[in-house]
Amino acid sequence: MDPISESLAGIVGQDYVSTEPEELYIYSRDLGTAEPHQADYVVAPKTAEEVQAIVKLANKEKIPVVPLGGGVSLTGIVMPLHGGIVLDLKRMDRIIEVNNRARYAVLEAGVSQGKLAAYLEKHHPNLIHSEPGAPPQATIGGNVVIHGQGDLALYGFNSDMVGAFEVVLPTGELCKIGSCSLSPYWFSRPPLPELGGLFLGWFGTTGIITKLALKLYPRRRMRDVEMFLVEDAALVPDVAYKLTHLEMAEDIVAWSQEVPPMHRGLHNINIVFSGDTEKELEFKREVICEDTLGEYVRTGDGGFVDLQPQMKGRILSRPQIDRVTADIKKGGGFEYVGAIIPVDTYPECWREGVEIAERHDIAYTLLGRVIGRCHAMMFSWTYAFNRADMASIQQARQALHESDELILKLGGVPWKPGIHAQKMIVDSMEPNTLKLMMKMKEVLDPNGIMNPGNWEVQ
Amino acid sequence: MALQDYHDIIHRCFRCGYCKFPTNHIEANNCPAYARFRLESYSAGGRLWLIRAWMNNEIKGSERLARIVFSCTACRNCVERCPYRFGDEIVNMIVAAKNEMVEKGLVRSTVRTFLENVSKYGNPYGEPRESRLEWAEGSAIPQYNGHEYLYYVGCVGSYDTRARKATKTFGQILLRSGISFGTLGTEENCDGNEVGKLGEETLFQVLAEGNVQQFKDLGVSKIVTLSPHSYNAMKNEYPRYDGQFEVVHASQLLRDLVRSGKVDMSNGFNAKVTFHDPCFLGRWNDEYDAPRQVLRTIPGVTLVEMERYRSGALCCGGGAGNFGTDYLGGSEDSPARIRVREACATGARVLATACPVCLTMLDDALKAEELEDKLAVKDISEIVAEACLGKKASRRQ
Repeated sequence: MDPISESLAGIVGQDYVSTEPEELYIYSRDLGTAEPHQADYVVAPKTAEEVQAIVKLANKEKIPVVPLGGGVSLTGIVMPLHGGIVLDLKRMDRIIEVNNRARYAVLEAGVSQGKLAAYLEKHHPNLIHSEPGAPPQATIGGNVVIHGQGDLALYGFNSDMVGAFEVVLPTGELCKIGSCSLSPYWFSRPPLPELGGLFLGWFGTTGIITKLALKLYPRRRMRDVEMFLVEDAALVPDVAYKLTHLEMAEDIVAWSQEVPPMHRGLHNINIVFSGDTEKELEFKREVICEDTLGEYVRTGDGGFVDLQPQMKGRILSRPQIDRVTADIKKGGGFEYVGAIIPVDTYPECWREGVEIAERHDIAYTLLGRVIGRCHAMMFSWTYAFNRADMASIQQARQALHESDELILKLGGVPWKPGIHAQKMIVDSMEPNTLKLMMKMKEVLDPNGIMNPGNWEVQ
Repeated sequence: MALQDYHDIIHRCFRCGYCKFPTNHIEANNCPAYARFRLESYSAGGRLWLIRAWMNNEIKGSERLARIVFSCTACRNCVERCPYRFGDEIVNMIVAAKNEMVEKGLVRSTVRTFLENVSKYGNPYGEPRESRLEWAEGSAIPQYNGHEYLYYVGCVGSYDTRARKATKTFGQILLRSGISFGTLGTEENCDGNEVGKLGEETLFQVLAEGNVQQFKDLGVSKIVTLSPHSYNAMKNEYPRYDGQFEVVHASQLLRDLVRSGKVDMSNGFNAKVTFHDPCFLGRWNDEYDAPRQVLRTIPGVTLVEMERYRSGALCCGGGAGNFGTDYLGGSEDSPARIRVREACATGARVLATACPVCLTMLDDALKAEELEDKLAVKDISEIVAEACLGKKASRRQ
């Protein structure tokens, strides 16, 4: 055993370190189209202290460290681009505290979205968190470091919902950010100077979040969904604007896909709302469906889909189960490019997305989730591929790259960008902004060990 | 099916990770091997990716790969949870890979020994056939001779010290209930369920054919077994070898006996009890109710559920021969140890199960966790026996 493995085993125990070809194979690969990059070590720590010890060792030996959550971001941002240690954080999965009255939970970063949702449902049925619609193994920590969003998008990005947190710096110190740095409560980062921005959205390149407080929201007794349908993409921003004015829908998602064929060319808008009583729910339904969207129905520009209970159940399920996308080509693969982009660009995002998909002979799957009160939209261009067919993978990869370019062309910002999009971002960014980012990184990570290859100037 | 026959579907696993969760998502470690090692390679998805890489010569066959593949307990949680249509084939693909590894001699010595012992001695322990009936000493349990039921015991129930007690207890309940039954005694052979799930298809075939022929020669038409593993093989696999028998699990027969009043449980069993679903009874054969119906009928029993139960139950880690090969032992993260901690967290004083493999795995885990003063592990037949044989009914467990 090499000395590094031995040291790592001394920290986390032999069972949770591997340099064997089997683990290196798995942890060198992303679920999307990214090319594999060989890891040297795989380590699964259980505590923040173990993370600290690993990072100190890596910093001393100048070994890259790639923190990994659920591994379902799909864009290759948790690939060991320069080799080194892949740090699987999923053993750090304790739900430490739920503060019912202040509506937050303190969690280890490796807690899965599925576990938190199930735990709240069982033990705190009056509380809910914003669930990102990813597979349940997506972790809370992973989601906030990519600025994820979820089914409470009315309240903003999931990273907006982070209270205080704990982070292991690239030099190994454990640092507390926000109220927990001086108080037993983890409820807030304000009113202290905002240090959270040094870590949220950085893909682990500035430190490893090990524990965090996540804001929770009231869970109403009843939750329902209506699906509104329009043929004209240009109407979607208008519909979203009117709906967000009401502040009644906690999640508004417009989607359009080619498969199954009945959906082709249509824009389905899922409108999720909730209430504590039938009366409240019906009131909201009436305001949304009749008072607000009724005009589209009367002019023949839109209509409501008669959702069967099974379909409603699928839309409202937490976590959501997507039975289709990954296996459209019976190939077990899909990847999407996401953009944070103004809602008004929906028609162009859709139209050009259809064209890109057609060019590459891939059935289009397009989706826009409204964030806040129309403050932004996460738009995604999804491309299925056949994992067993290299040509299909390359085709999807090309479509993804074209979608990255489209985002910048339309004035958006690529979300959780892979290396290709990151390069485009840093090339387009105002130079002083980029300089500030690089300075921050250098200060925090002088040896450049944290998830190297990401957020770098080539 | 051979591994190559899965060539066109094995790449379709996305590794979305649903296979790691129970139905209610309360934990991300409902795959027992993943629970033990918490590395992606040990999840069902990781295993499929590695098997495919092995098929494509991207990685070599190795002892480590064999360990990863053979640590699958065939608990079927992945099949239950996979959102894709090919999900039904996950365990079959893993078993096919095991088969290929057995044929290529890539298996660890523990697997080899397990299979050799079954082949030579008719049990995985390498114990002499003559010892097979030792559990029945001091009882009047008869040799099968045209009785209504063949009481098929299985290897674990015949040889394991803890399981033998349950085996005998169930036999005594049958005697007291006036059921016409007999055992094969020292003539009983391994049912082959674990052998099949370890990928030794040829040996499984030999065992199945031999057992079917023996049962037919004896005129057996109904079989009752304490072992869900035997139940699964005889109910679902033996028909392929022309073995058409009416197979019932002990919990189902107990339920019927209770309903028909043939078992008097008026002495009761005053305890809070939680039930661990055996995989080969639940996920493999969709029988979740019979054991619970039995428990609910016992005066004094308060049945409480663990957070993971029925189709979402965490496997004890003993399936597919792992009770013998022990790939998942030796850690506080061993699934059986996690399971007894979960049982303890319910406040139950008794962890009931309905499987000799689960019984031994959980009983060992209880000792490893030093929880014997808080919890007892029992087969449901032992609880029934205590309720009807008149142990101190007033005792609060």
